[in-house]
Amino acid sequence: MEPMPQIPMLSYDVVVIGGGPAGMAAAVKAKELGLNVLLLDENDYLGGILPQCIHPGFGLHYFKEELTGPEFASRLARRMVELGVEYRTSSRVLEIRNYSDLEKVVIFTSPAGVYQAWAKAIIYAAGARERHAFEIGIVGDRVAGIYTAGEAQTLMDVYGILPGKEIVIVGSGDVGLIMARRFALEGAKVKAVVELMPYPGGLARNVMILKDFNIPLYLSHKVVEVRGRGRVQRVKVVKVDENFNEVPGSEFWIEADTLVISAGLVPSVKKLKKIGVEIDPATGGPIVNDRLETSVPGIFVAGNSLLINDLVDYVAEQGELAAEAAKEFIDKGGIESRNWVKVEKGENVRLIAPHYLSGDRDVHLYLRVARPMEDVEVRVPEIGKRLRLPVVKPAEMIRLKLKAEEIQKAGEKLTVEVVGA
Amino acid sequence: MKVYRFTCIVCPLGCSIEVKVENGKIVDVTGHTCPRGQEWAIEEVTSPKRIVMSVVPVEGGALPTVSVKTAEPVPKDKIPKLMRFLAGLKLKAPIEIGRVVAEWEGIKIVATRGA
Ligand SMILES: Cc1cc2nc3c(=O)[nH]c(=O)nc-3n(C[C@H](O)[C@H](O)[C@H](O)COP(=O)(O)OP(=O)(O)OC[C@H]3O[C@@H](n4cnc5c(N)ncnc54)[C@H](O)[C@@H]3O)c2cc1C
Repeated sequence: MEPMPQIPMLSYDVVVIGGGPAGMAAAVKAKELGLNVLLLDENDYLGGILPQCIHPGFGLHYFKEELTGPEFASRLARRMVELGVEYRTSSRVLEIRNYSDLEKVVIFTSPAGVYQAWAKAIIYAAGARERHAFEIGIVGDRVAGIYTAGEAQTLMDVYGILPGKEIVIVGSGDVGLIMARRFALEGAKVKAVVELMPYPGGLARNVMILKDFNIPLYLSHKVVEVRGRGRVQRVKVVKVDENFNEVPGSEFWIEADTLVISAGLVPSVKKLKKIGVEIDPATGGPIVNDRLETSVPGIFVAGNSLLINDLVDYVAEQGELAAEAAKEFIDKGGIESRNWVKVEKGENVRLIAPHYLSGDRDVHLYLRVARPMEDVEVRVPEIGKRLRLPVVKPAEMIRLKLKAEEIQKAGEKLTVEVVGA
Repeated sequence: MKVYRFTCIVCPLGCSIEVKVENGKIVDVTGHTCPRGQEWAIEEVTSPKRIVMSVVPVEGGALPTVSVKTAEPVPKDKIPKLMRFLAGLKLKAPIEIGRVVAEWEGIKIVATRGA
């Protein structure tokens, strides 16, 4: 092992990477449990994406109160300050090194220079990245006026700059719909929301926004091309059939100066992959056990880096769990289980986490369905567990609680399926 | 007669509710499963209200804006006027989160970010 003596060295029990709700909740919990913790974030403010999400809809479970994103963030940040959690903003993690189970190094840059922080455990809470135009097959001119939803949101709601006047939004998930409302409120014209699927992706209360502002929604349509000189001038939309093939002759142009892409998020896990953390292709995040520990011992993950969450409450819950696990890992020198039960995806389950359960503790399974259904049961046949739900939608994450005793009844695996009731 | 159709947002059931209105009077509500849904649908037709959020420029803060929301839901038809009022505001740091930074027609405007 090479301690790189030329770089200043710091030493902690836990280093938390990411200062969003997952990372802040983890840092608070770790400190409460008596661990010496450092939190790092590359932004110049704490909160992750929350300070830019100025709409209400956060914290109903976690704080039992409906808050805006910045309000939710500030409560966690205040708690960090009260507890004296050490944190550094404008500090970007470049690399993680895993020397042995209890010896890890996080290398980061900060305005004061490059540092290495030694840690016994790492909680990785770096969030997600947004899918961009190329990823969803949009071609055409490389012009100004194409933004991801997050970029447009930061411009408008942090820096106070309206990104355009006539806007087309790709994607009708909650993020796309919430952006549609913000643009319309601020006086821009939202000319269309274009959705590939035959149904809107967001919650009913957000779909209502379109009606509030008379915004047209094109279902089973996609944006395929952007044209303009210097700036977006028009975008080409085409209808798709049930197999998502373009319907010939169905294309039309919409005049707009701005295209906003809200086509989903992908867990940001590059630095984990580099150190050999195994990734689940379905979630895009790491394969984890019920302590949210990855395949590299002592590296825990929470929030949108684990899987894309629609509720901040679950993100914070995952952060706390990761912190408790880090404490256990450090105290016992590892996370042990006599017998890991593997979680498998059954009928109409697109993704699920965590992937391995110990049976020594109650767990929350987070899952998403592949297609919408009404009047269903979420079933775990091996243990006879059933949960009845009126509706399930791919956009809404389902949280299923299993008790330790229930998990112990399973053999080597548990299958979770969503079937008609 | 006018017929309004909504997906109820009171709970995750998402009932499809229909409200029939004749000469400005509600004559029928159908499709709801509970009284809360019925009440919500009637309010949606007679006096829809929304919480309104925006950002206001701020001088001397860490960020160039401070985010704000109305302390209570605002009648939908008043929202454009309220937005024009908010567009004219300018604030000076320091501002603590939760502070009432302005008032418009009796509605309090609250800072949701510090500056
Ligand atoms: C537009 C939008 C609207 C939403 N609306 C709602 C809502 O109404 N209600 C609700 O409950 N939820 C909502 N959500 C979901 C919820 O807010 C998110 O799931 C949650 O904020 C994710 O938290 P996180 O901590 O995992 O990630 P983030 O908040 O993304 O935080 C990750 C942090 O890690 C930092 N980071 C990344 N890489 C590095 C590095 N190498 N070095 C240092 N730091 C790094 C980033 O700077 C960032 O600050 C919304 C999400 C979006 C995008």
